Amino acid sequence: MTFALPYSGGRHADPVPGAPALEVRDLRASHPGMEFPALDDVSLRVPPGTRVALAGPNGSGKSTLLKAVAGLLAPESGSIRVYGNAVGACHHRVAYLPQRSEIDWRFPASLRKLVATGRYVHLGWLKRPGREDHELVHDVLIRLGLETLAERRIRHLSGGQQQRALLARSLVQGADLLLLDEPLAAVDAETKERISDVVSELWQSGKTLITATHDLESLSSEFDAAVYLREGRQTVPETGAFVGLPLR
Amino acid sequence: MNWLLEPLQYSFMRTGLVAAVVIGATCAVLGVYVVLRGMAFIGDALSHTVLPGLAAAYLLGLNLLGGAIVAGLATAFGVGWLSRRQSLREDTAIGITFTGMFALGILMMSTVSSFRDFSHILFGNILGVTPQNLAILIALSLFVLLCLLLFHKELELTSFDPTHAEAIGLKTDRIRYGLLILLALTVVTGIQAVGVVLISALLITPAATASLVTRSVPRMMLLSAMFASASGLAGLYASYYLNVSSGAAIVLSCTAAFLVVFAAKSILPGFQKSA
Repeated sequence: MTFALPYSGGRHADPVPGAPALEVRDLRASHPGMEFPALDDVSLRVPPGTRVALAGPNGSGKSTLLKAVAGLLAPESGSIRVYGNAVGACHHRVAYLPQRSEIDWRFPASLRKLVATGRYVHLGWLKRPGREDHELVHDVLIRLGLETLAERRIRHLSGGQQQRALLARSLVQGADLLLLDEPLAAVDAETKERISDVVSELWQSGKTLITATHDLESLSSEFDAAVYLREGRQTVPETGAFVGLPLR
Repeated sequence: MNWLLEPLQYSFMRTGLVAAVVIGATCAVLGVYVVLRGMAFIGDALSHTVLPGLAAAYLLGLNLLGGAIVAGLATAFGVGWLSRRQSLREDTAIGITFTGMFALGILMMSTVSSFRDFSHILFGNILGVTPQNLAILIALSLFVLLCLLLFHKELELTSFDPTHAEAIGLKTDRIRYGLLILLALTVVTGIQAVGVVLISALLITPAATASLVTRSVPRMMLLSAMFASASGLAGLYASYYLNVSSGAAIVLSCTAAFLVVFAAKSILPGFQKSA
């Protein structure tokens, strides 16, 4: 790359050798204006290449944890290290897939445009997506069965198509750690299958995946470990529930 | 064709026509973001808050444009500062800044014996644009359009997905401030054409008209600029032949274009937005 002005001010830290993909220690975080912390005393250590499920009811802090790791919410205390570096030291290594409600779907953008924004972290200021970026977007659209919808406005996509578009964007980013916030919430069967296939391909290629989920039944088949949250704290699941690898 | 050429023999008409096209196009292109990001209120507020800047510059004998730019930038930062960390809702912050600054402007104007001196500020006077003013207008417009071109990708992303922008290290606040600064500069250029009171029409109406016809941001910008420039020309000719206020005629031309497109959309069943 001959010329680049990254958004984060020019730092692209390399992973610290031997460091876990994610290490959270004694994390406490609050949403602005809220009295009680949304997360308290959360600690976990995720080795690279692990699929971790964040399980728990609505409001238990799953999304907040993902947001804190993505750098969208500053911790009040405790620490978060991603590949041994501070949050934000290398934005392109972490992809965050938000809940669908975070996006203004009425905006007149095409599906192709939405997916291409996954390349922006590599482009930075002033650079436009080039031929390589477009080819990458094209390939990912095919992989998720979205190629015929590429020029469609995002407001005219179904919920499942929107969800696949968001996953497509995370894929073109080429991140090593993927934070997925309920990627299978309220989607059709085709989307569910496509997303599950892509997620397991990602895992096979060595990516680390942290997924917030409601679906407790598929935990043991689709994840290597599960973290249970309740009211912002890690809890011990009921007996018989899937735990998997210890993440301490 | 003679009626088209006749006004062009006057140099003030020629300057005015060029100014109308330049101002209309710039307001309209930026207006697309104002409409898409739901910033109509701040656009209107910015136009009113430049009044004290204009009045102060007039009273002190300084450059009016400079005074307006300072007041516009002060508003942009003031609103951002008041509403930071959600201590106040943004529309509340805008309401407080906007009315306070406008009242300050009126207070300053009332110290002068005649309000008439200020009518060109309130209602615009595009035929009073001098060639020097026109050069400044063109420079400001080119600056605004260049910024929109260079930062299009970031403006677009922060408009529909600020979360992703933040997640990749792009500070949405800074983009917002930048956009408010461009808005302040644009408002200042537009005041020459239609005045403080009507400037938000140039920001909103052509962009809203374009949004009825197309669903692609670049095409919306192009169409919006065309609607606004055509309205600028139509308004100026109307004011020449009918001897009415040029600012009001320009704004009403924009309104008419909007109503025609809106009606066509409602009546014609096959009238669909192109992708």
